[in-house]
Amino acid sequence: MSSNHKRLSMDGRIDREQPVEFTFDGRELAGYRGDTLASALLANGVTLVGRSFKYHRPRGIFSAGPEEPNALVTLGTAGRREPNLPATTLELEDGMVAESQNRWPSLAFDVQSANGLLAPFLSAGFYYKTFMGPTRRAWMFYEQFIRKAAGLGRAGTDPDLDRYDISHAFADVAIIGGGPAGLSAARAAAAAGARVALIEQDFLLGGQLLAEPSDSAAAAWLRQAVAELESSKPVTLMKRTTAFGSYDGNVIGLVEQRDPTNPQPAGEARQTFTMLRARSIVFATGAIERPMVFSNNDRPGVMLASAARTYLNRFAVLPGKKIIVATNNDAAWRTAFDLADAGAEVTVADLRAASSAALAAEAARLGVAVRAATRIVDVRGGHAVRRATLNGPDGQSETACDLVCVSGGWSPTVHLTSHVGVKPQYRDDIGGFVPGAFPADRFGAGSMMGTYSTADAIGDGHRAGTDAASFCGKSAPAPSPSKLDLGETAAAPLYEVLPAGRGKAFVDFQMDVTTGDVELAHREGYESVEHLKRYTTLGMGTDQGKTSNFAALAAMAALRNATIPETGATTFRPPYTPVAIGALAGRAIGHHFKPIRRTPMHDWHMANGAEMLEVGLWMRPYFYRQSGSDVNEAYVAEMRNVRQAAGLMDISTLGKIDVQGPDAAIFLDRIYANGFAKLPVGRARYGVMLRDDGIVFDDGTTTRLAENRFFMTTSTAKAADVLSRLEFLLDTAWPDLRVAVTSVSDEWAAMSVAGPKSRAILSAVFPALDVSDAALAHMGLLESEWEGHALRILRLSYSGERAYEIYVGATAGEQLWGRLLEAGRPLGLKPYGVEALGALRVEKGHVAGPEIDGRTTLDDLGLGRMAGKRTGFVGDVLRRRPAFQALDRQRLVGLECLEEGKRLRGGAILFLPGEKPYGHGRGRVTSVTFSPERDHYVGLALLAGDVASEGSEVVAVYPMKAETVRARIVSPVFLDPQGERLHG
Amino acid sequence: MLRIECPCCGPRDHDEFRYGGDASVTRPAHDDPDPEAWYRYVYVRTNPAGLHREFWQHVTGCRQWLVVERDTRNHAIASVDLARKLSARKLPARKSPA
Ligand SMILES: [Zn+2]
Repeated sequence: MSSNHKRLSMDGRIDREQPVEFTFDGRELAGYRGDTLASALLANGVTLVGRSFKYHRPRGIFSAGPEEPNALVTLGTAGRREPNLPATTLELEDGMVAESQNRWPSLAFDVQSANGLLAPFLSAGFYYKTFMGPTRRAWMFYEQFIRKAAGLGRAGTDPDLDRYDISHAFADVAIIGGGPAGLSAARAAAAAGARVALIEQDFLLGGQLLAEPSDSAAAAWLRQAVAELESSKPVTLMKRTTAFGSYDGNVIGLVEQRDPTNPQPAGEARQTFTMLRARSIVFATGAIERPMVFSNNDRPGVMLASAARTYLNRFAVLPGKKIIVATNNDAAWRTAFDLADAGAEVTVADLRAASSAALAAEAARLGVAVRAATRIVDVRGGHAVRRATLNGPDGQSETACDLVCVSGGWSPTVHLTSHVGVKPQYRDDIGGFVPGAFPADRFGAGSMMGTYSTADAIGDGHRAGTDAASFCGKSAPAPSPSKLDLGETAAAPLYEVLPAGRGKAFVDFQMDVTTGDVELAHREGYESVEHLKRYTTLGMGTDQGKTSNFAALAAMAALRNATIPETGATTFRPPYTPVAIGALAGRAIGHHFKPIRRTPMHDWHMANGAEMLEVGLWMRPYFYRQSGSDVNEAYVAEMRNVRQAAGLMDISTLGKIDVQGPDAAIFLDRIYANGFAKLPVGRARYGVMLRDDGIVFDDGTTTRLAENRFFMTTSTAKAADVLSRLEFLLDTAWPDLRVAVTSVSDEWAAMSVAGPKSRAILSAVFPALDVSDAALAHMGLLESEWEGHALRILRLSYSGERAYEIYVGATAGEQLWGRLLEAGRPLGLKPYGVEALGALRVEKGHVAGPEIDGRTTLDDLGLGRMAGKRTGFVGDVLRRRPAFQALDRQRLVGLECLEEGKRLRGGAILFLPGEKPYGHGRGRVTSVTFSPERDHYVGLALLAGDVASEGSEVVAVYPMKAETVRARIVSPVFLDPQGERLHG
Repeated sequence: MLRIECPCCGPRDHDEFRYGGDASVTRPAHDDPDPEAWYRYVYVRTNPAGLHREFWQHVTGCRQWLVVERDTRNHAIASVDLARKLSARKLPARKSPA
């Protein structure tokens, strides 16, 4: 337990009644409720908190917000481990386990930084040069070392134990940022009658007002504003919520952290991802203070001036006793005054030659030493600053210190507005980028618009809130805002990158980019900001360069002798701060990742030894374990049983579409390559649909139930696409056709009884029905009822055997399935799975998904005769284009394996005998099966037509397994070419 | 994050819709034998930066195909109409004698 020895005895926005225990690198420490991890560490005197990305330089706490580039920690262990979290944004929580990153063996003694071994390899452009140039081979060698040395925290490898939620929210006016401008906007919009969502990333509302002393007028104003909003019905206050992205349609992506101070109900989400849709948006995102660039400006103990003030006034931590405040503006003087007032010895080093009389008088009153026209050029000290070198009118001198506060002015936080294309524009009078013109439903307020004084920000916010509400048609008269004047003066529009001393001067702390890197990029011609960024990796860290972008821009502008607007600004993209993937996934993980579709017979399959297979969203029986010990043994046994007795297959997954209307036959004639208009009632026909470009789309059978009514089946995979396509054609192309299409896929359970014994089984199950060949011929239909449920029996075969497809009302599916198996058992009926189904169709030479792969035409598949000379159907014209008639176009062939003990494999590449097996070959194997009939492997393949003569040989190469096998080109129909078994 | 005002169902999130491509191209008549016409319909697109007419189907809603006018620069939607209504309007012209 440590001492909080840097904590002041009173004030601050912490609850001293509620101590909070945590560990940092195994040390047991304590802070208070209301602390962040960073403020608690500082209170305990911990200033060295991490090592840098490339050079392993010691780093401390630089900021007090999400812009933090240095103080990144890993939280939690095992399944709750999360790396790269800014300690400055982590609300201190009991039992928090934090670890520093990127150090070995320990934070204080790090081997990599001790010898600086890899520094020469890590300058700007390193990656480009080694990837592209003659050193590419060397990269292979060095990569393994560099990967170990460079980087930040390690991601956890255990499954995430936490729960995440996703929600949708709506508001009239969304206000992003709970500082003075945002609070004022929320009050105005709510008063006007709008439904308001106020979003604040911190666990307290107030923004920069939180850095004001807790007994000040600012604190009183804040208390009153928050109390008013908390009691205002139409206002939703979303604290601990980061707006990480702004998207089209006024959608804002939010991530809300769980409130650690609430007693936690079990299973409460750690984070909630909310998509907030607002009718208008007020951006009141504030501004981020800029660092100064000088030698060793990354040492622990160098801190943004506003952060020091926040630690002092909000967290009651005095982060130093002998302090230098280096600034180019008035705002940092307030930090100097507060620090001096708290008892520190403070020197202000202001780049400007003169400062206002009021500031000078206050400095004199508080005993703050002032050095005008003075710049900081270097600091000394390893794990903490000890001395600073100042350069002023009296020359260069070293001053002892334990804290250097820096302020290079402010950069408006324009990230979110940039996400949706509002280009930042440079304003000379404030020396910074503000958003350009907003669309009518977006507004900006406060320092993000360059309005830096609190009094003006409040007025600005009030105006924006009123306008945003008015955009939504809410314009009840609102009272004018309560005033708060903190007497700030405008920041001077001055920024320069100072000439560096001996050590590295950093522009991007997190990515370890120095002024030297920017110079190198400039020398090598990478002058545009976008090139600079990619060449040096500037701004590519988890902080997205919140503190570094402007410094780099200014450095490049100086090198190019150009102005900052001429040098340009980079584009910001979501997310503003990192978002856990878990939050975006919400509950859609594991079983809930996607929906699962089950057939009506699913429970039976599960209870009767089926090994299931995911086919798209469907669960289908792959094979049945009683058929064999593994899939290969099982499918062959299941196939044999179909060919010798009978098999039962669940085909409920087929797409089923009811097509009705006076023009239904004409419609089918247009969408199928083969004709349907003359199909007699009570008959089924196999049909193939093409796409407009002439490629095969899908196949299936369609049955004429009545003159104007058809029952279409599609492949399982294309069911949704086919229906959508039919609807498209009816809605957009042929609205004159009087046809309606409806999916009936889920209304029917479907099963196929295939095999020589199939008719006998049907007779046993449906004794009242005439299933003789005369009454139910091949491609015939029988409609009836079974136990009060609709029944359709189609005599169709996929396997090449006599077979029947039985459709029954879905709720009766499992019952009929059971009845069929029971009645069929004496005749040898057994269920079979999709592996056997696939094997049976390959043996029969039927094409399916692997052949209808979005690249093949009717002719490629040997189905050209189906269309014959027909015209006027979808795809008819472009299927005849010359390129599709090329002689070497790949066409469907059969292959049989010629080598004993070897096999064919789907995906194998085909070459001619003696040809070097290199490149794409002459074709590829699409589907294979062991053929019990032939007693060896057979397969379907797509092979260049100019070499595909039956009887000749090819070599099938499967590089994944280093297999090569000889095969003979044969007819794709391996079994019963005359189709006699259909009637067997 | 588009939101499409379906004429049947009201404003709905774009997750409920399926994109159906360019609605500004003219589909040849089903029996048009001209390969050029089909080539233009299938492959030739203007890809405008600005207002673009495109097909969307409200698949998890009313299943109607819609013609949506969307600005490709900012995704602002200018109009939504039933595709069937628009295509039916063209019918008399198509049937008129040449
Ligand atoms: Zn709809």
